[in-house]
Amino acid sequence: MDIASTPEANLDPLAIAERWKAAGRDVALATVVETWGSAPRPVGSHLVIDADGNFHGSVSGGCVEGAVVAEAVDVIGSGSPRMLEFGVADETAWRVGLSCGGRIKVYVERLA
Amino acid sequence: MDLKTLRELNEARAARRAAILLTDLADGSARVIHEGEEVAGELSSAIAKTFRSGVSGTVEADGRSWFLNAHLPPPRIVVIGAVHISQALAPMARLAGYDLEVIDPRTAFATPERFEGVTLFADWPETVLKERPLDAYCALAAVTHDPKIDDFALKAALDAGCFYVGALGSRKTHAKRVERLAALGASEAQIARVKAPIGLDIGAASPAEIAVAVLAQIIGAFRSRGLAGRGAA
Repeated sequence: MDIASTPEANLDPLAIAERWKAAGRDVALATVVETWGSAPRPVGSHLVIDADGNFHGSVSGGCVEGAVVAEAVDVIGSGSPRMLEFGVADETAWRVGLSCGGRIKVYVERLA
Repeated sequence: MDLKTLRELNEARAARRAAILLTDLADGSARVIHEGEEVAGELSSAIAKTFRSGVSGTVEADGRSWFLNAHLPPPRIVVIGAVHISQALAPMARLAGYDLEVIDPRTAFATPERFEGVTLFADWPETVLKERPLDAYCALAAVTHDPKIDDFALKAALDAGCFYVGALGSRKTHAKRVERLAALGASEAQIARVKAPIGLDIGAASPAEIAVAVLAQIIGAFRSRGLAGRGAA
């Protein structure tokens, strides 16, 4: 069975990444690689992004996705992977953050 | 990661085969490690640990920083027999985070009323398991007491390398079962894997207590995979 053809694949970021890339789109993959304290999504969670900023999946409960998508579009352009870190929103009120009080590290890479 | 690696990972996931995506965080290069594959160097113990626990994480090894993303199939408990034990086992398994399904061709037992919210197949294991094959991430608990229902499923579970195979019945009942499984072509080593009488020896008496003993034994088998060598659990 091809995972890209199962109904669950509609919501599965890795299956979507495979489909998008195979269709010729430029794709980045963001992965939660570390969490501290209260983090909304576990280590290993994915967000898939294309060059136009379309995305599927989640690396937080919606708190930092916008920032990750913007960075991912840059990563698609440059090709170099990037490590992003997000902490509590209150510390830096003008920046995005995690209102739940945790910290997460997100690895963003271009799918080659 | 490149598309070829992603395809390999997605194929393993679709086929319910355990895999780890190993990413070198310095340059983004990645490869898929399949369970049972030999890995050299300092990473080897971290990989074995990740396959056992299913917990993803970052490790430092061989002077580099690696991310190990564990993709383990969700463990599935297949119960042969829509009996009182299974009625207790189903909600317990759900609480413990295991998928569970019940198979029993006896339609008087396998009723939706008795198994509300449980995946239930009122059909022969021969028929159901053809559609939904067992694999190494399945536990099989045969609890009908009826050889013509249990035996095929037990043999199928041994052949599929299920991480747990258990069968209800006294030692005397089991001795006869051993003969029948041998007649079906099961090897001595395979037959030795069958937990019978089923469940941890905690003196369980009621159906619910037996369900606890069975679930505990299944969890023990799942969490010790790879510790005592494959197939030993």
